Amino acid sequence: MHKIISNKNIAKDVFEMKLSGDTSKITAPGQFINIKLDGFYLRRPISVCDYNSDTITIIYKTVGKGTEYMSDLKSGTELDVLCGLGNGFDTSKSGDKPLLIGGGVGVPPMYNLAKKLISENKKPAAVLGFNTADDIFYEKEFMDLGIEVKISTADGSAHNKGFVTDIFPEDYTYFYTCGPIPMLKAVCDKTKTSGQLSFEERMGCGFGACMGCTCKTKYGDKRICKDGPVLLKEEIIW
Amino acid sequence: MVDISTNLCGLQLSNPVIPASGTFGFGEEFKNFYDLNILGSISIKGTTKEPRFGNETPRIAECTSGMLNSVGLQNPGVDAVISDKLPKMKEFYNKQVIANISGFSFEEFEYSCEKIDKADNVGIIEVNISCPNVHGGGMSFGTNAESAAEVTKRVKKVTTKPVFIKLTPNVTNISEIAKACEEAGADGLSLINTLLGLRVDLKTKKPVLANKKGGFSGSAVLPVALRCVYEVYEAVKIPIMGMGGVSTADDVIEMMLCGASAVQIGAANLVNPYACKEIIENLPHAMKKYGINSLKEIIGGAH
Ligand SMILES: Cc1cc2nc3c(=O)[nH]c(=O)nc-3n(C[C@H](O)[C@H](O)[C@H](O)COP(=O)(O)OP(=O)(O)OC[C@H]3O[C@@H](n4cnc5c(N)ncnc54)[C@H](O)[C@@H]3O)c2cc1C
Ligand SMILES: Cc1cc2nc3c(=O)[nH]c(=O)nc-3n(C[C@H](O)[C@H](O)[C@H](O)COP(=O)(O)O)c2cc1C
Ligand code: FES
Repeated sequence: MHKIISNKNIAKDVFEMKLSGDTSKITAPGQFINIKLDGFYLRRPISVCDYNSDTITIIYKTVGKGTEYMSDLKSGTELDVLCGLGNGFDTSKSGDKPLLIGGGVGVPPMYNLAKKLISENKKPAAVLGFNTADDIFYEKEFMDLGIEVKISTADGSAHNKGFVTDIFPEDYTYFYTCGPIPMLKAVCDKTKTSGQLSFEERMGCGFGACMGCTCKTKYGDKRICKDGPVLLKEEIIW
Repeated sequence: MVDISTNLCGLQLSNPVIPASGTFGFGEEFKNFYDLNILGSISIKGTTKEPRFGNETPRIAECTSGMLNSVGLQNPGVDAVISDKLPKMKEFYNKQVIANISGFSFEEFEYSCEKIDKADNVGIIEVNISCPNVHGGGMSFGTNAESAAEVTKRVKKVTTKPVFIKLTPNVTNISEIAKACEEAGADGLSLINTLLGLRVDLKTKKPVLANKKGGFSGSAVLPVALRCVYEVYEAVKIPIMGMGGVSTADDVIEMMLCGASAVQIGAANLVNPYACKEIIENLPHAMKKYGINSLKEIIGGAH
């Protein structure tokens, strides 16, 4: 069991939850946890935003009944959570200057990834996209990592007006991204390097047993929950 | 000490708990959660003649106390199951498994059954004539007494292993189909497969599943499954593997009282990977609570 240490609203409809408990199963940034909620049959998959030896941070948006229920949970509540699910991002491919591109609630997994890349003495840059000023979160947290951070809003209400693809830096060695499908597609079209993308799918189990989440790739059929959620740019069939 | 053992057509089971086909893959994903050798047996993912990708995603939809799936029998095909999956299972599971097969023509059922019959760790062949997911496929065999009997006859000819025909609940009279299978030579029956269902996404106002319809299972279907097992137990003499919505030791006992000789656990494994382990551990406590000494003795006890 994992215990909620904090659960707070950090942007419009977006919450940051910290959980204390075993984190030993988490082996890579970009993995996810699967949360059992009272009264809901299926677990809810949420990416790991950050973790250390005994704490996991997740950031989630309230989009339906399950995430709304989560947003009402109080500190001290115990949750049944499966940890360390999915393959996560492979940082060995990054080169010196990887580009991290996050859109909306695709931003969270970029945070721990950035930390990991920094710990490997690389110089990541982050490009974060939101719809509007009210949606922005973790701007300061990313800045505090001491890396180059650029932010776009679709309506221009804060920072650069436009999409993440409008504010790419000049040169980068590789890319990592997570966000809505149209963004992922645009990122693939725009980037000249190889890279890794994190996908979502409706899940039955989240650990590879039910074949509920399979997609076709150029490298064969893959379960988003087990062989993903991270896929290589080269293997994706749009 | 209470006795939790049971048997199916001569196959001795240390306990009646068996993960249901399609919810346990070929065991690989669960072997890191616990030692699978505690399980009575394992029913493997439904296997077909050719490899299948299955249906488009989304394939999963949540329901109150249950779920819909429209996986559509994704599997690597019977040849890969025999050459790769079944041998691999021996590395972490030292008991006989239940080979679940499906097909889209009588010939395909025969083909897969004849092949899988040769695998030495297969103790029982479970023939899925009821999967509601595949257009013009599985459904039609299981909803008609003649075609159900015909599949039974055909597969019985090509195997010496016990054959359990897996029935669909999506019929008017399940006992009639059960009897037809028994008369055609079935050694046992498995029931129930999923109930046909549908959900609409209120945001898009379209069905959640790409396939639109899917199979409903999970806790919510327990009463339907119990009723089916209860009815079929009165109609046939061959043993029954009962399933549908079972997620606790109490549910296992209820299912056996209705007439099941063994009990399969499906969707519960997906939401709690430790479900079967916990049920097995809780069985003796539950039996004591209800004054039961031997599970075998309560089979059909509710009649
Ligand atoms: C690998 C992975 C990582 C994710 N990481 C995050 C994250 O870090 N932050 C975040 O806000 N969201 C994340 N999501 C999306 C999140 O899982 C859904 O928003 C959430 O499940 C919605 O639940 P609900 O009950 O509020 O919505 P409802 O629409 O009521 O849910 C109904 C059913 O659909 C499923 N579902 C709905 N939307 C999605 C979706 N987009 N992806 C998968 N299943 C869905 C639910 O799990 C549930 O089973 C992630 C999804 C995946 C697959
Ligand atoms: C994701 C999923 C996949 C399934 N695949 C198969 C299958 O391949 N063959 C089969 O005979 N039954 C299949 N079933 C049906 C189950 O084996 C079982 O009969 C049914 O789900 C009822 O049990 P439950 O309520 O415990 O899940 C599947 C069920 C689920 C949930
Ligand atoms: S959700 Fe079950 S295999 Fe991916």
